[in-house]
Amino acid sequence: MNSTEHIGWFADIGLADRASVGGKAGSLGELTRAAIAVPPGFVVRTKAFHHVVEALEREAPVRSLVEALNADDLGGITAVSNTLKMRVQNAPLPRAVEREILGAHGALCGDAPVAVRSSATTEDAEDASFAGLQDTYLWVMGAEAVLHHVRACWASLYSVTSIAYRRKHGLPEDGVAMAVVVQKMVDARTSGVMFTRSPLTGDKSVITVEGAWGLGSSVVGGEVTPDRFVIGKITGDISTRDISDKHIEHRPAKAGGVCELSVDNARRKLPCLSDDELQRLREIGRRIERHYGRPQDIEWAIDQSGAILILQSRPETVWSAKERKPVAKPKDDPLHHVMTIFGGRR
Amino acid sequence: MERKKSNETKARAGFPLPSSLSVTPGTERAQAAYPYYMQFAKADDERFWFYNSMHFPEPMCAFDMVTAEAAYCALGASNTRVHCLPTTKGIDYRIINGRVYIGGVAVTDPREIAERTEEFHKRAFYYYANWEKLYAQWKDKMRALIAEANALPVPALPALEPLENVQAGKGIASNHKLLEIYQKTLDGYFRMWHYHFEFLLLGYGAYMTFFDFCKKAFPEIPDQTVARMVAGMEAEIFRPDDEVKRLARRAVELGLEGKFADAAKVDDVLKSLEQMGPPGQEWLKELETSRHPWFNINVGDGFYHYHRSWNDDLSMPFAAIPGYIEKIKAGETLERPIEKLMDERKQLIADYRELLDTDEERAAYDQMIHLAHRVFPYVEGHKFYCEHWYTNLFFNKIREFGALLGAHGFFSDTEDVFQLTHFELEQAIIDLMTSWSTGSPPRGPSYWPAIVKERRAAIAKWATTETPPALGPVPDVIDDPAIVMLWGITRESLDAWLTAGDTADSRDIKGFAASSGVAEGTARVVKSVDEISRLKQGDILVCQVTNPTWAPIFQKISAAVSDIGGSMSHAAIVAREYGLPAVVGTGTATQRIKDGQRIRVDGGRGVVTILSA
Repeated sequence: MNSTEHIGWFADIGLADRASVGGKAGSLGELTRAAIAVPPGFVVRTKAFHHVVEALEREAPVRSLVEALNADDLGGITAVSNTLKMRVQNAPLPRAVEREILGAHGALCGDAPVAVRSSATTEDAEDASFAGLQDTYLWVMGAEAVLHHVRACWASLYSVTSIAYRRKHGLPEDGVAMAVVVQKMVDARTSGVMFTRSPLTGDKSVITVEGAWGLGSSVVGGEVTPDRFVIGKITGDISTRDISDKHIEHRPAKAGGVCELSVDNARRKLPCLSDDELQRLREIGRRIERHYGRPQDIEWAIDQSGAILILQSRPETVWSAKERKPVAKPKDDPLHHVMTIFGGRR
Repeated sequence: MERKKSNETKARAGFPLPSSLSVTPGTERAQAAYPYYMQFAKADDERFWFYNSMHFPEPMCAFDMVTAEAAYCALGASNTRVHCLPTTKGIDYRIINGRVYIGGVAVTDPREIAERTEEFHKRAFYYYANWEKLYAQWKDKMRALIAEANALPVPALPALEPLENVQAGKGIASNHKLLEIYQKTLDGYFRMWHYHFEFLLLGYGAYMTFFDFCKKAFPEIPDQTVARMVAGMEAEIFRPDDEVKRLARRAVELGLEGKFADAAKVDDVLKSLEQMGPPGQEWLKELETSRHPWFNINVGDGFYHYHRSWNDDLSMPFAAIPGYIEKIKAGETLERPIEKLMDERKQLIADYRELLDTDEERAAYDQMIHLAHRVFPYVEGHKFYCEHWYTNLFFNKIREFGALLGAHGFFSDTEDVFQLTHFELEQAIIDLMTSWSTGSPPRGPSYWPAIVKERRAAIAKWATTETPPALGPVPDVIDDPAIVMLWGITRESLDAWLTAGDTADSRDIKGFAASSGVAEGTARVVKSVDEISRLKQGDILVCQVTNPTWAPIFQKISAAVSDIGGSMSHAAIVAREYGLPAVVGTGTATQRIKDGQRIRVDGGRGVVTILSA
């Protein structure tokens, strides 16, 4: 099925389209094009959001209401947030937008569950990463529910934290837009994150993997202490295996959405990843890093059949931003390097 | 006042002072046998010492201390006076209860460091610049030294001076030959250790330079990965195992595979091959070719007279042959895939290089690994010539003296000779020479047996007595490149020793991560070569010292654990080649793991876990 004015399939978009599809969708498109296994899906472009906001602006002010807020005025922000969230959530969808979303959703998976994830244009930008401030809805079932959650994502742009963040950083409201990813849900046996450098030392020769049972929301949300592995990026040597007590897991709820279940005793302290899976994750991590040319922070899931799927990849920002002195410079007489050992106090 | 001060030092450092150690009751005379310069003195309380359990893991009998003596004489000369290492001189050593403690001599005066640096540039840099030429020359010198040792005759005393000597007007009688052979034997051993240290610290230093760079650029890189980037593939130390494989292949080619059954006695195998005619004799000829020199490899690091060589005891190589034969018949390749291993090394170096941040760092990396590769053949190769080949000749020559003295009633067992210091042995030899000349009986037979008995008892007592890992005040920084390089001792490892008692009852045993992978299996605690036949397919080898001799049994085991050794130890290298998990340098594995227990070896993390009680 082809992409249209308001929706774009992952294969048709990339990072360069970030302004119209948001950071998350741009990255998922980029990964899809790089032949990385990503759960299939499409993005509802920012254009759809603009249509809706324009329609709302015609009824009553939206952007100017936010821009008038003071970053420290929590009471004011809360009031505006409540108003705008309600308005966005209840706004009728333009007919073309609704038709295109429903068409794409049907083509994607029929009645199978999807994840509806916000993809803001400011999110994942290298200088102003505020990933996670917008909402993600898991295990959404049925066309009506999809439309509802697309609007909920838009509305999340007007949550108290989002507004406060934009006011604090002085981000202009007309530069803010929200695209929404609709993506086939992974029925994850295990999920987690991986960094293609060490979060502890910045070492680029290791990959750190953290994972837990079930859907990744428990790891990202910090509700469970994940198993932690450190793998040599090049050698595949597993130098750290911290197997934690994973007392709960997030599983799909019958009526849609996610519920928290306790993990039975036998499984709690078992490693949630096999060595083979760790090696496959390492391979994928290396490929993504090579594709982007820099260390990445990646979310992944392993489905019930054992297939690894990538849910998100963004550049690592903490260590990359640090200035580092070169470990050593070449010397005219290479023999002089040995003085680092023989020359005294190091 | 003085006493109070020492107490404070002890409280701060946590290690006991040398003066607080006492000689085990009943062993005082055995302790006094060691020369005066090896005994602790009061002034030694001011310095930091550590137990050299890496080289001398067991109590040293009187004669074997010659190795410490010759080695530290040569090591110190090289550091202090030959290459003039800027910040360190030699290594002092002391012995108590048979345990060898050592301490570095650091240079701290900045002016002296500057002067020594200038000399170091003239001397060490000359060696680096001319490494290949000097190393080729070294091999020639070493072979000549070995030839000299081989040429020394078996010491013997004829009943009468041979007539031809008389008629040739030789003038010097046969008893003097004993002293000459003995002194030349000892002289050769001391010279060998000078050769041993001629390049060693410089070689390690160049390796450490690259290692240090890698640790800074990649803070979490495992030691074993750096080792893999540098290690060569064709070092002499792989040859003995390669020869066993070759012999297994010849056995198949000659249709002799039926002769090599598991657990067969070596003598029976040799006898049946001898008796079966041409194919058997052909194989025996091949065996001789392999034995000289390649079976001059001993089952330890060459520092104890009882670490016998394959040549002295063929059971180790013979135990490996049936397994190799089986693999050959199953169509497996035994030969090490040198080219593939070299390609892997090249790829590894390139992949890490790519991860560096800048081209500037890459250029420095290239320079350092280039030097490490140049020096490494020596670092890997010298051991075969020195610790194995020469050392075997040396101890066997001393054994010949033991046999001669034994024949004259000095000892009841040839091995008793090793209970005498090398000074005392010279006395015993002169005693025998005198007796031959006077025609009266020697004094030794009524003098030595009681002493030998007393010393054997002392060694047995010392072996069961715990000794502290270190003594004296802990230095704030360990800045002695020799100590860091050779023993891996750092401020962190000392802190770990200070707290070692706290974790004694845990089921985990920590060591160096030597070869990655995880394996579970039955532990076989093997304390000597005699026990290797107990190893069954899939067992986990738990031993004290890991060394190249054990290589042939790596085909049988599923993992290896040792008390002593670092990530560049030969077992670590062999384990990596066989793709087996290995944890080395655990310190206590052979004491804490009981034979037959189920254990898990995590070679990537350097942890051994005891699974069954």
